[in-house]
Amino acid sequence: MSSKLRIMVPVKRAIDFAVKPRVNSAKTGVETAGVKFSINPFDDIAVEEAVKIKEAKKGAVESIHVVSAGSSKAQEVLRQSLAKGCDTSTLIDVGDASVEPLTVAKMLAKLAEEDKSNLIILGKQAIDDDSNHTGQMLAGLLNWPQVTAASKVDINESTGEVTVEHEVDGGFETVSASLPMIITTDLRLNTPRYATLPNIMKAKKKPLKTVKPADLGVDIAGRLETVSVSEPPPRPAGIKVNSVDELIAKLKERGAL
Amino acid sequence: MVVSIAIRSKTATALKRGLTLGRRSISSFNWEDAFDIQGDLTEEETAIWQTARSYAQEKLQPRIIEASRTETFDPNILKEMGELGLLGCNIKGYGCAGASNVAYGLIAREVERVDSGYRSAFSVQSSLSMTALEKFASEELKEKYIPKMATGDIIGAFGLTEPNHGSDPGSMETTAKPHPTKKGVYVLNGSKTWISNSPIAHVFIVWAKLDGVIRGFLVEREGQPVGALSTPQIKNKSALRASITGMIQMDNAEVPEENMFQNVEGLTGPFTCLNSARYGIAWGTMGALEGAIDLARNYALERKQFRQPLARYQLVQKKLADALTDVTYGLNAAYRLGKLKDEGRLVPEMISIVKRQNCDRALHNSRVLMEVFGGNAASDEYQIGRIAGNLFVAQTYEGQSDIHAMIIGRAMTGLGAFTAK
Repeated sequence: MSSKLRIMVPVKRAIDFAVKPRVNSAKTGVETAGVKFSINPFDDIAVEEAVKIKEAKKGAVESIHVVSAGSSKAQEVLRQSLAKGCDTSTLIDVGDASVEPLTVAKMLAKLAEEDKSNLIILGKQAIDDDSNHTGQMLAGLLNWPQVTAASKVDINESTGEVTVEHEVDGGFETVSASLPMIITTDLRLNTPRYATLPNIMKAKKKPLKTVKPADLGVDIAGRLETVSVSEPPPRPAGIKVNSVDELIAKLKERGAL
Repeated sequence: MVVSIAIRSKTATALKRGLTLGRRSISSFNWEDAFDIQGDLTEEETAIWQTARSYAQEKLQPRIIEASRTETFDPNILKEMGELGLLGCNIKGYGCAGASNVAYGLIAREVERVDSGYRSAFSVQSSLSMTALEKFASEELKEKYIPKMATGDIIGAFGLTEPNHGSDPGSMETTAKPHPTKKGVYVLNGSKTWISNSPIAHVFIVWAKLDGVIRGFLVEREGQPVGALSTPQIKNKSALRASITGMIQMDNAEVPEENMFQNVEGLTGPFTCLNSARYGIAWGTMGALEGAIDLARNYALERKQFRQPLARYQLVQKKLADALTDVTYGLNAAYRLGKLKDEGRLVPEMISIVKRQNCDRALHNSRVLMEVFGGNAASDEYQIGRIAGNLFVAQTYEGQSDIHAMIIGRAMTGLGAFTAK
């Protein structure tokens, strides 16, 4: 492979991991008014990985294009990603609509074709819906190889071969594939950097383009309807037992032994 | 900014019983930013605030209890802040970020939320040392020092206060005069005290009287004759223990004449720098109070007496409400100062009003919030005692509150009441 890496990093603005969400009064979702949002942590790791690749392989990366499908508020996470080292950004403005993974995958596929991306690094899942679908669906639409839940990425920029270590239930598995490909990130891949102030100030000048789903030829109407959302039932109090025999009896009672 | 409503089964039950506890307003009123300052910030200010908060919570908070206990300051902290571009962030050029004054305030707020001592180190480097150079030093000196101070590689200290002259810096006894034999060199003699960073500083902004007129000098530690400059640490402090404080003792300390600030005389020089630091303190003390409220609220929600969480009791809620009211007024006043400063409309008396009020209210409320902790307030693990203790010093330095009252009083009446005659 002699062509350079054109990396795309899709990112999502999601409710901050430290927030305890409440179900909204209509029971159709969680309350979002006045709640803190930030970049999906797995996507932050994806941004960091792309920037690390650019820094480690001088000249091999032509550009890092960060993309988000969301309302205009998603510009915050795009600017942050630009501040951390991405070069260009695009907002797919879907207004306040919530979009399903397949819809997002279709829009990203179109953008990837337009942008001639050859490596897409995504978070493995968003912490609001925990779908873990988008990366895989995108690979299907583009017909590219994919490795999910990556914990280590090695790129050989001259041959275009990528070796990825990823976490599986029993431990680690090492897989290799050729570009173009999809990688989704897991927690242990890297530790995202802080955006430094000089870079935050410079990010103002980096391009942020806005497009509409119609520009990409995608209809964002959902195919799934959320019927209701409720809080998990409160945890009942535990009981104290007085002896090991009693413990075993109780466990047997509950069918746990 | 975080709406962290603890979802407890009791709350859910209360909601089902249809209590009108303002549950609809819970999601639109955010006690952590009651007047929605965050909604007015620019994208850069939001991003800068995020970086400052993450850094302070992830890197400073884990160190503070031990640092305070052992009275240790890790000088790497200034390098860490430098790497992020936090130091002197509102200076344009010279390797600084060129961010807004609001951004500077947000950083002070997040650092002091962890500890006033850490914010003191930040203020001394940024507002006192770097700003002094930016405003008054020659171009050569600025190019030589400001970029390395921005990275934290060179540490600065600000020498104004003396053992006999605190609120009355105009009567300082430190002198400067031409060296008896070396041409183009001044010698400085005198003592400065309560100088943050001095034991580890590489350069000192020292104010001394040359022919009876206060002038500013950049004194370098390197190259001084033996015994000419010493910076003993003031140990065993009861507050700001995570900040390193000392004296600057000068016995014919040598300063090349190009290191004297040419274009400023009298108290204008020091006061310009102090006003910049005071602006940061107006924000910082509110950050400290925010930290105190968060700690007290969490404690009150978890600790039970008579089978109810403390937060269920009216007197506890009043203490939280009083503190929240003051922190909301104080933060919004500090934000207003930041906007005025960014527009070039800020005058010193405005800063005096907010520095004085915010220090006084942060101190008062944090002391009251100690009561929520009961005996646990005496344990440094609970942190509230350190926060309140530190705020006494914040009220005292950079113009004790009574002095700021005189500044405001003189502006109102035209009559100076600083002296007895």
